Amino acid sequence: MTAPTAIPARRLPAPAMKTRAARAGRRAGMTLYFILLLLPLYWMIAMSLQSNADIVGTFHWFPEELTLENYRTILTDRTWYSGYLNSLQYTTINTALSLLVALPAAYGFSRYSFVGDNHLFFWLLTNRMAPPAVFLLPMFQLYQNVGLFDTPWAVALAHTLFNVPLAVWILEGFMSGVPRSIDETAAIDGFSFPRFFIRIFLPLIKSGVGVAAFFCFMFSWVELLFARTLTSVNAKPIAATMTRTVSAAGMDWGVLTAAGSLTLVPGALVIWFVRRHIARGFALGRV
Amino acid sequence: MSAQLKPRDNRGWLFVLPVVCTIAFTAIVPLLMVVNFSVQDIFGINRVWVGAEWFIDVLQDRSIRDSFWRNIAFSVQVLAVQIPLGILLGLGMPKKGVMASVSLVLMALPLLIPHNVVGTIWQIFGRGDIGLGGHVLNETLGITYNYAQDGLDAWLTVLVMDTWHWAPLVALLVYAGLQSIPDDYYKAAAIDGARRFAVFRYIELPRLQAVLTIALLLRFMDSFMIYTEPFVLTGGGPGTTTNFLSISLSKIAVGQFDLGRGAAFSLLYFFLIQVFCFVFFQLMKRRQ
Repeated sequence: MTAPTAIPARRLPAPAMKTRAARAGRRAGMTLYFILLLLPLYWMIAMSLQSNADIVGTFHWFPEELTLENYRTILTDRTWYSGYLNSLQYTTINTALSLLVALPAAYGFSRYSFVGDNHLFFWLLTNRMAPPAVFLLPMFQLYQNVGLFDTPWAVALAHTLFNVPLAVWILEGFMSGVPRSIDETAAIDGFSFPRFFIRIFLPLIKSGVGVAAFFCFMFSWVELLFARTLTSVNAKPIAATMTRTVSAAGMDWGVLTAAGSLTLVPGALVIWFVRRHIARGFALGRV
Repeated sequence: MSAQLKPRDNRGWLFVLPVVCTIAFTAIVPLLMVVNFSVQDIFGINRVWVGAEWFIDVLQDRSIRDSFWRNIAFSVQVLAVQIPLGILLGLGMPKKGVMASVSLVLMALPLLIPHNVVGTIWQIFGRGDIGLGGHVLNETLGITYNYAQDGLDAWLTVLVMDTWHWAPLVALLVYAGLQSIPDDYYKAAAIDGARRFAVFRYIELPRLQAVLTIALLLRFMDSFMIYTEPFVLTGGGPGTTTNFLSISLSKIAVGQFDLGRGAAFSLLYFFLIQVFCFVFFQLMKRRQ
């Protein structure tokens, strides 16, 4: 008679202890991963706060003398800060342009079935997947011929190659979550289509628009190959200004790392606002 | 696209027209130009029709074939490392509270860094003289490590760099997939006394299939067109050890300005991507 009661009494704490150990192990694993993730970033930021003499001198785990000199160089030297302005310019144009054409398309895909819609949707996806290097050869000539070479518009247009498909996919995902009865009710109530779209429909999918905008901005911001090929002087992006320094004989490590650290700022600033939806964006709207 | 019933209406084309025009300019026109280059031999104003010669040339080119197999090997290794690691990280991320938000933001951080800056970060981090990683390996652990001279070191650095850069993407997708599993499933499993692995195998994994397909698609495609990060790190070297397809293509197209060969290479590369894409798309549609 004692056996049945004794078994639960002895067995109960074991799983509890096991889950506690598992939880501690999981927490330790995640902490370790985040430390490894942050170390290279820490190193870049630490270097950006030192003088070149300190960087190439004896090895230190922590910077000994902090200086903002490198950042001052970038923010006062035109060749450096204009790179940031150029990058911001074409990413902004690209985001606006991508959303402008993607919004109606996503609506079309989510609301109607039409001849070739599946093929078209797939074709858009293949453009997101196409290697930029494939388009390298003709892009230069094409944009030179239409007179857009070395303007922010050239880069902004080239980046629509992968951003428009992405925006269409993300927005279609969000729009399909809105019941079609809303469209029908608005039509019965006498709303014209443009008025319905702007006044009723857009507010309903505003988080989707935010996520799509964030991803267009981000993917345009991180791209280098097109941005470098399609510009020479006037619209040169910050990323290209940095590669020039990398290939130079005498390395200015401090300024290089300061420039790199500054490229983290736009992402770090806006990421907080879309953190809940970020995975959905990376999943091309398919979660 | 969602499977819900939609009215059949060809006016849908009016909505997608702006997108078609935009992509026609940014994708179709350049592609047609590539086709034009690929069947001719161009010397200044002299153009000679050469038919399929460039294609045969590219297919027989030893160094292009090498970079193809190198890229396949790299993509397979990327998937073998990053998918399991991403699943573990996605499972390990806190689900609620401030820590959940903080870890989401930390996870996403590497994804938002310009690709050449990722290369620069690791180029500096791995250096033996001024880099933390190189210093720890060489001085503290006593392992001879130099990515600029040793091919294996360079390869491993690119692999670690890519994992650092993109494993968080897999983790975020898995995390989002896990969020969509109702609590009741876990409660039922707890009542049945299911072990942790059984919960993962029979509840979580089936629910993660959709996001894992996308993770697989994105990771395969992006690693198959990797360019900027290894280019900044070593420029494809030392020797040809990290000379991936995109690097080798841009060397031919921009470096040597070899129009015919570059164009034929581009088209074959593009065709390959289309085939992979089609297979994945069919898989995705079957899942939905």
